[in-house]
Amino acid sequence: MAIPLLAWIGLSASGAISESFLPSPQAVWSAGLEMARSGDLLRDLSATAQRVLLGFGLAVLVSVPLGIVMGSFRAGAALFEPVIGLLRYLPASAFIPLLIIWLGLGEPSKVALLFVGTVFFNTLMTADVVRIVPRSLLDVSYTLGASRGEVLRKVVVPHSLPGIIDAIRVNAAAAFNFVVVAELVNSTEGLGYRIVRAQRFLQTDRIFAVLIVIGLAGVTLDVALRLLRSRVGRWAA
Amino acid sequence: MTRVLELRNLTKDFEGRGRTVRALDGINLRLSRGEFVCVVGASGSGKSTLLSMIAGLMTATGGEITLDGEPVTGPGPDRGLVPQAGTLYPWRTVERNVAFGLELLPLDTAERAQRVDWYLAETGLSDLRKSLPRQLSGGQQQRVAIARALACEPDVLLLDEPLGALDVQTKEDMQVFIRQVWQDTGATVLMVTHDVEEAVFLGERVVVLASEPGRVIAEVPVELPDDRELGIKRVSAFLALRARIEDLIRAERRTAVDDATEQSA
Ligand SMILES: Nc1ncnc2c1ncn2[C@@H]1O[C@H](COP(=O)(O)OP(=O)(O)OP(=O)(O)O)[C@@H](O)[C@H]1O
Ligand SMILES: [Mg+2]
Repeated sequence: MAIPLLAWIGLSASGAISESFLPSPQAVWSAGLEMARSGDLLRDLSATAQRVLLGFGLAVLVSVPLGIVMGSFRAGAALFEPVIGLLRYLPASAFIPLLIIWLGLGEPSKVALLFVGTVFFNTLMTADVVRIVPRSLLDVSYTLGASRGEVLRKVVVPHSLPGIIDAIRVNAAAAFNFVVVAELVNSTEGLGYRIVRAQRFLQTDRIFAVLIVIGLAGVTLDVALRLLRSRVGRWAA
Repeated sequence: MTRVLELRNLTKDFEGRGRTVRALDGINLRLSRGEFVCVVGASGSGKSTLLSMIAGLMTATGGEITLDGEPVTGPGPDRGLVPQAGTLYPWRTVERNVAFGLELLPLDTAERAQRVDWYLAETGLSDLRKSLPRQLSGGQQQRVAIARALACEPDVLLLDEPLGALDVQTKEDMQVFIRQVWQDTGATVLMVTHDVEEAVFLGERVVVLASEPGRVIAEVPVELPDDRELGIKRVSAFLALRARIEDLIRAERRTAVDDATEQSA
């Protein structure tokens, strides 16, 4: 963390590189401050956050139950695994034109990109987590009188929860990638949009400031999920 | 005495890669209410298979299992199983592990709590009730597994080498513990082990299994006093019984080896 920062300060102070290529930290700071004051930054951040919450949230809502079914029942795996295994290799960005044709240029196509980009991986990762629940634990639960549904609810889910949160954490990073990609195409707000706009006016200082905001937002989400994971998975430590 | 569990001509084949392995061949066994029966046999003699079938986790190829006259068709809390090791719910505390089966029964909260308390006290776990399984020793973990199975008050308690993973000292403590629990609760117990000494110490009857295919070669009644302490393991009656069972297993193994050499000659 400190080393690239120092390199940056040193490099820009030396004047070897033009301001419009590599802005100085002070320039980035004041560009960021300016955007924050005008209210742009907050608006962009909340637009981006909403897209992540909606698109990735939907992906989680679909993929976690689907993954649990796939991991628990052989029939579920036989039904979904081949399709999802194939779909996940299709690069989500390649879906952008298609999604725009289907859903138009507005919000739905952006949310859909996030969804498509994360739902398949999260399903397969959830299924893998569910599959490692030891057979003996399931067997002993049946002998204690649990039905299939009760085993799913009281054994499979709690055993898999920490692993599912891990999967969500990994795929949240992907969601951040996709949201910026989605916003590069035809939007009127959002951190990705802000970057495209700044590029048009060669405002590298603004681009840098936005990148830093994206990084901080990602780290915040990651830390939140880590905290959740260590709370939920205390028993596994 | 009333019969609780009855196995009639129980047979189990495993199909695998074009060939069939007969794991159990025509097992007949009866347990009366309150009895403690030990099954001894070498590794691969089908001990775990036997318990899995009684627990209802595996279907028989032939023969029949009945519990109080009713055929066994699947797993249920009337037969409690304690597997060899590591089957506690790691995210549940000791008391919540013991409560698992009770949560599935139509009991009110007060009665459930009372039963959990009773079995925790009986198994000496009251002080550890808030601990997680990973904080317990191997012996303590097996106590929890036993308490969890007993809390459902099963007609039969099935123990699959529950002490196999423990050191000698802990193992002997646990043997005393298991006998104590049996005497206190009046449970019907079927325990599987490869340790003959353990079987004689614990059981009222020892069933000897031979391998390939798994079958009963002897049933030996243990005529020792009901009040057994570890010292009994050095008493001559105990040693004689133990030697007799070990000889049975050894003789069986020798004929198996002879057969094999004959066939290859
Ligand atoms: N699921 C299975 N599929 C195929 N064969 C099996 C299966 N389970 C057990 N067997 C075979 O059945 C026989 C008996 O196995 P089992 O596990 O019941 O023996 P065991 O007496 O419990 O041995 P151990 O003392 O090592 O636990 C063995 O030959 C084993 O290979
Ligand atoms: Mg076994």
